Amino acid sequence: MRRIISVLLENEAGALSRVVGLFAQRNYNIESLTVAPTEDATLSRLTLTTLGDDKKIEQITKQLNKLIEVVKVVDLTEGEHVERELMLVKLRAVGAQRAEIKRTADIFRGQIVDATESAYTVQLVGVSSKLDAFLRAVGELSILEVVRSGVSGLARGEKVVSV
Amino acid sequence: MELLSGGEALIRALQDEGVEYIFGYPGGAALHIYDAIFQQQAVEHVLVRHEQAATHMADAYARVTGKPGVALVTSGPGATNAVTGLATAFMDSIPMVVISGQVQSDLIGTDSFQETDMVGISRPVVKHSFMVKSAEEMAEVVKKAFYIASSGRPGPVVIDVPKDTTDPSYRVPYAYPESVSLRSYNPATRGHPRQIRKAVDLLLAAKRPIIYSGGGVIQGNASEPLIALAKRLHLPVTHTLMGLGAYPSTDPQFLGMLGMHGGYPANMAMHHSDLILAVGARFDDRVTNDPSKFCPDAKVIHIDVDPASISKIIPAEVPIVGPALPVLTELLATLEERLKEAPELVDEAARSAWWSQIEGWRSHHDFDHDQRHRNEAEAIIKPQTVVQALYRATGGEAYITSDVGQHQMFAAQYYRFDAPRRWVNSGGLGTMGYGLPAAMGVKLAFPDAVVACVTGEGSIQMNIQELSTCRQYGLPVKIINLNNQALGMVRQWQDMQYAGRHSGSVYQDSLPDFVALAESYGHVGMRVTDPAKLDEAMEEVFSPALKDRLVFLDVAVDQNEHVYPMWVRGGGLRDMMLSKTERS
Ligand SMILES: Cc1ncc(C[n+]2csc(CCOP(=O)(O)OP(=O)(O)O)c2C)c(N)n1
Ligand SMILES: [Mg+2]
Repeated sequence: MRRIISVLLENEAGALSRVVGLFAQRNYNIESLTVAPTEDATLSRLTLTTLGDDKKIEQITKQLNKLIEVVKVVDLTEGEHVERELMLVKLRAVGAQRAEIKRTADIFRGQIVDATESAYTVQLVGVSSKLDAFLRAVGELSILEVVRSGVSGLARGEKVVSV
Repeated sequence: MELLSGGEALIRALQDEGVEYIFGYPGGAALHIYDAIFQQQAVEHVLVRHEQAATHMADAYARVTGKPGVALVTSGPGATNAVTGLATAFMDSIPMVVISGQVQSDLIGTDSFQETDMVGISRPVVKHSFMVKSAEEMAEVVKKAFYIASSGRPGPVVIDVPKDTTDPSYRVPYAYPESVSLRSYNPATRGHPRQIRKAVDLLLAAKRPIIYSGGGVIQGNASEPLIALAKRLHLPVTHTLMGLGAYPSTDPQFLGMLGMHGGYPANMAMHHSDLILAVGARFDDRVTNDPSKFCPDAKVIHIDVDPASISKIIPAEVPIVGPALPVLTELLATLEERLKEAPELVDEAARSAWWSQIEGWRSHHDFDHDQRHRNEAEAIIKPQTVVQALYRATGGEAYITSDVGQHQMFAAQYYRFDAPRRWVNSGGLGTMGYGLPAAMGVKLAFPDAVVACVTGEGSIQMNIQELSTCRQYGLPVKIINLNNQALGMVRQWQDMQYAGRHSGSVYQDSLPDFVALAESYGHVGMRVTDPAKLDEAMEEVFSPALKDRLVFLDVAVDQNEHVYPMWVRGGGLRDMMLSKTERS
């Protein structure tokens, strides 16, 4: 099962490499990973998506918690949550394709953020499956380049992850 | 406030931690530190002959004293030579602080001379690591390192020290912090009372309970409540390789070690139990065999200070996160309360039925604690009898270190440890070359103790250079070399699984003359080949006349001997080979 794990981490040199190293060392998989400082400059917030059954995820969260610089670990997928991913796609856009891409981007609530005579760059925000669906819709032939941010997420409601 | 250089602050901080010994080896990046060592007396430096040995000495010092051991190495090759020792300590959760010199800060990342990314290289085998950024933070980093190494589930910590942070010309005010707190690190200090009550309920309801304990009871100083609990409920006890000595081996309630080379009664009792009280043990694959066939009827109460060890391999019915000592103490108190109200809760009939089943296994097959008859029958020294002779000669009171191989298993099976912290070996990583430096670390910790290293001619050659260190510091350890002229454990597997094809496990007459070798370092060398002379030779090794001498006893043992029991791969704990031909 796909899980979104949210980690509060001391904002220190080397802390991120311990998290990434742990996944490599223990043969856990990382589908996506994002990390950036939070409103508290001493903390980074890291969000990663991984695959695993309950037993595996329990181990992952326990092993993450053992890292000295990890302050908090939450499996967002355990409860209601909001998740978003940002994607930028550069597409071949000539002739009839231009209108077609524009229409598809509209359907997915994407924006064209750059355009040349032969290419469009579309920006999309949403859950990962929506981004996947957009890529399928425009078709492999027109895709020139894709960059995705990886998933970020927060629990719904009042619940917060803090120290 | 006193002004100290970073190098001096580092050594002063070690003094303030109560460190007695630094095991180390110098080099360019560590020279400011070495100069600071020279200018004080409180911490003694022990110059090894290879950095790996320094880490094993520090590790063994920690295993027997409970205090973190300290090693000091230079950058680059010094640091990489320390990695095996870090991994060894990491796998067995041993508190240790390894200080590595590093090239000066502005050269880091430039592939400078003797630069290696020590924090990176050691990352998977340390509990934590630090790179010192300035002389100002030296004392605090040392304080944190010792705190992390010795609290919670202990483990090795690396402090990587760029040379400029130890510069003698730059002085900073020194004050050793009284305490540290890390918001992201709060190891459990006691178990949850509700979980402890549940555990008591399960223990009282069980018909066939057993205690399975490991290194966590030794490191956690929890022998006393473990013994009291076992006695109170008349429970059978088995230990992992790391747990030996927690419960007295000569007590009738002790069934022997369990696992791959565990005893028949221990493995059978585990397999047929209905409740396992696991304490400070981690269901290692050398214990469980195939986890899907592991102890099919047993519920598990699992006490461990590391939550990640619980339900990692075998799901626990009652997980209790906390150090063994407070948890077992509280468990005992809770039990006493329950029994005060209702003494009838102890099911005597079930317990005696369980014990008679166990006695049945014992009489079917158990370790034979006097195998001299086998020597006589075959006119050759059986390796087991060497350990038995050692046990007799030392009255079972010695500190025994070991290496890795058949000799290690024979030592674990036949030296009967009646006290914790007497058995010192690399259980988790299985590091050949551990035994001799470990014995040296123990001897320095307890100069009056009898310390013997049970080794093999393969393992001893992995750190044999330390005979020179023993000479320099006058360390009269006793080396008992079970010389089977082969990498015996490898050879045994090749006999059992590869139709006797001894690929890479024999030396073709290239072994040294160990007696002459020991003598060349100024030690006493002895050799015994005749079974009739074994006891006599062993007595001599431990005789008052040789008390202050390192003695290397080279014993020619039967090369064809295998370690039994040996489990049948992919089976449950009850599936064992009991000899070359007999299966359980
Ligand atoms: C550093 C290291 N390399 C390889 C091994 C694999 N290994 C395990 S036991 C063994 C043979 C040990 O030979 P010896 O020390 O003579 O002991 P014996 O089994 O003969 O008693 C080997 C090579 C190991 N445990 N450690
Ligand atoms: Mg050998």
